[in-house]
Amino acid sequence: MSKITGAQMIIKCLKEEGVDVAFGYPGGKVIPLYDALFDSDIRHILVRHEQCAAHAADGYARATGKTGVCIATSGPGATNLVTGIANANMDSIPIVAITGQVERSQIGTDAFQEADITGIVTPVTKHTYLVKDIKELPVAIKQAFLIASTGRPGPVLIDIPVDIQTELIDENIKVDINLTGYKPTVKGHLKQIKDAAKKIARSKKPVIFSGGGVIISGASEILQEFARTARIPVITSLMGKGSFPETDPLSLGMAGMHGTKYANLAFTECDLIIAVGVRFDDRITGKLSEFAPGAEVIHIDIDPAEIGKNIKVLIPIVGDAKTILTDLKEEYDKCIEKKETQDREEWLARVKKLKEDFPLTYDRKSNKIKPAYVVEKIYELTGGDAIICTEVGQNQMWAAQFYKYTKPRTLISSGGLGTMGFGLPASIGAKVGRPDKTVIDIAGDGSIQMVSQEFATAVSNKINIKVMLLNNGYLGMVRQWQEFFWNKRYSNTCIKESVDFVKLIEAYGGVGLRVTKKEEVEDAIKKALSIDNVVLVDFHVDCEENVYPMVAPGASISNMLESV
Amino acid sequence: MNHIISVLVENKAGVLAKISGLFSRRGYNIESLAVGPTDDERISRITLVVDADERSVEQIIKQLYKLINVIKIQKLEPSNIVERELVLIKVNADSKTRGEIVEIVNVFRANIVDVAKKTLIIEITGSSQKVKALQDLLRPFGILELVRTGKIACTRGSKY
Ligand SMILES: Cc1ncc(C[n+]2csc(CCOP(=O)(O)OP(=O)(O)O)c2C)c(N)n1
Ligand SMILES: [Mg+2]
Repeated sequence: MSKITGAQMIIKCLKEEGVDVAFGYPGGKVIPLYDALFDSDIRHILVRHEQCAAHAADGYARATGKTGVCIATSGPGATNLVTGIANANMDSIPIVAITGQVERSQIGTDAFQEADITGIVTPVTKHTYLVKDIKELPVAIKQAFLIASTGRPGPVLIDIPVDIQTELIDENIKVDINLTGYKPTVKGHLKQIKDAAKKIARSKKPVIFSGGGVIISGASEILQEFARTARIPVITSLMGKGSFPETDPLSLGMAGMHGTKYANLAFTECDLIIAVGVRFDDRITGKLSEFAPGAEVIHIDIDPAEIGKNIKVLIPIVGDAKTILTDLKEEYDKCIEKKETQDREEWLARVKKLKEDFPLTYDRKSNKIKPAYVVEKIYELTGGDAIICTEVGQNQMWAAQFYKYTKPRTLISSGGLGTMGFGLPASIGAKVGRPDKTVIDIAGDGSIQMVSQEFATAVSNKINIKVMLLNNGYLGMVRQWQEFFWNKRYSNTCIKESVDFVKLIEAYGGVGLRVTKKEEVEDAIKKALSIDNVVLVDFHVDCEENVYPMVAPGASISNMLESV
Repeated sequence: MNHIISVLVENKAGVLAKISGLFSRRGYNIESLAVGPTDDERISRITLVVDADERSVEQIIKQLYKLINVIKIQKLEPSNIVERELVLIKVNADSKTRGEIVEIVNVFRANIVDVAKKTLIIEITGSSQKVKALQDLLRPFGILELVRTGKIACTRGSKY
């Protein structure tokens, strides 16, 4: 019986889960773990702030579909992870966070660098473990990965006291991961699926509403087949972007506060919503009582708690999106054979007209650098084949509106939590997971300053991401709200000329390009894409440009503010 | 509207905190709560009384099911259960009032479990209504302390 330390056991378990990279930051209560890591072939990316270890693990998970791993020490290391964990939780991203904890005998004594991290993160995790017996360690790790990655994915935190990391344990201990209380439903109820197929067949004006769940489930292909066979237009949420090609004539893009006017109008006029892996968040629905007034709803989701949470559902189907859509398509094909399906040409013509009448637009003739123009150029010059990460604010909305997403896992954005500073570390994680891809962070000047220390992480590890900074000198999205709803009183939102971003990236050993003229935009993007280093392009965009169209907070989505 | 929810959970550290945390986080109020191991000591039963409308209760139950340590949840129908609460009431009682109190206690089939010069402790089990009725009758004497367990309940008949 050969014995290993708890720390070595952690590494062994991680390897068994197929982990080949972890993002983290050491400290007193994880020194044994870092010592074991030193001997292992797991690649460890040393970030410069633990929040970014969680975001990087998150970006890695979104880009690859695998579970991301982050590590931090006890106390401040652990609490620094919280924002990143909450962010992953809101967007259902599988990450496993490992934290060191003070010695078991010290727990509860306010020992140096003690924090009740499992208590702190319980509301923002799928599950947590505080390992108090070394025999539970391999069980906790195995369960954590299972829980994080199955059902509705989410973050799991494992808190491991330092004395467990040094204790000895039988290397080949048997691990029983019996989880009585955890059995996600995969297969949808067949009768509900049959009812849904019939309901869809009879609908004259249906829309599909596709969310992040479609991407998580790998249901994008079957969704496309179904939409095209049934001839149903597709609207997505922000998280659903990439689940259906936005170049397809059936695509209506994203709905909601800064969605397309045609998607919002299609919701308003439709008679049936087939919602898949989406949770009818308030940024989508606007004023709930006026959302899709004529529509009945079929809601497919793996989390039963999402069904009926915000809106009334006629046919709920709990289970995995891909499995259910496959069954649904089969049932629908039968309806086609029996010629039971409605003709939808009139609806499709109506939708086409909406698209023509209310396209997303901006002032293309302006001599200033319009942020939308920059994003369009990025789309053109990458051939739509990059992984786009975003920060939060106007930059995020322009990135969502003016780049056309055609494949799953190509837009990585903080949806539910709206975390400024997510994009840079997430792009680092995405690039680590997909080194074959061009990975771009479309950034804002406010957001990037929350995490700019991570340029060091990127440069020193040769993680050659490209930061396209839409520098407007403002906390732009807040300024926009102040302009619209607070009488242009720009309280604490002007951050003009506070930083020389070119010097900043150069200080970290990356390359900086400054663009102040519209004519330079294209060349700068080309150059950035061709340089074999971390590059930041500082686009001095039109300062007071607003994101349009917009649904005012609390208003109906049928009523959008547009640029004049 | 009060609902009784019976939750079977794995008997592990932190589980109760996860459950009560879920209620406060989602904005629901717990009226009462009783916890204890079942016949199988690896499993505990938590009986919760919550004041919420029908839709919220559905949502509470769905959210509870998402907790990994939760094994089974039952919403108990008030018409088809035996429910009990245990209450200890310390009441003022001198030589003049003691006799009257004892009579009341007997009518309610409650027990006197402590007798002191100036006080009595009364133990009563039963439904909330029964407890409330006794409480109302004892109040004029001066209730000094009232301690209650949370409500527990069992479905009638062979269903479980
Ligand atoms: C961590 C965090 N703090 C505050 C906010 C509120 N907030 C939302 S957008 C925004 C402004 C973002 O500014 P910038 O990164 O420059 O993006 P812009 O809107 O100008 O494109 C702020 C402060 C937030 N979303 N996240
Ligand atoms: Mg800005």
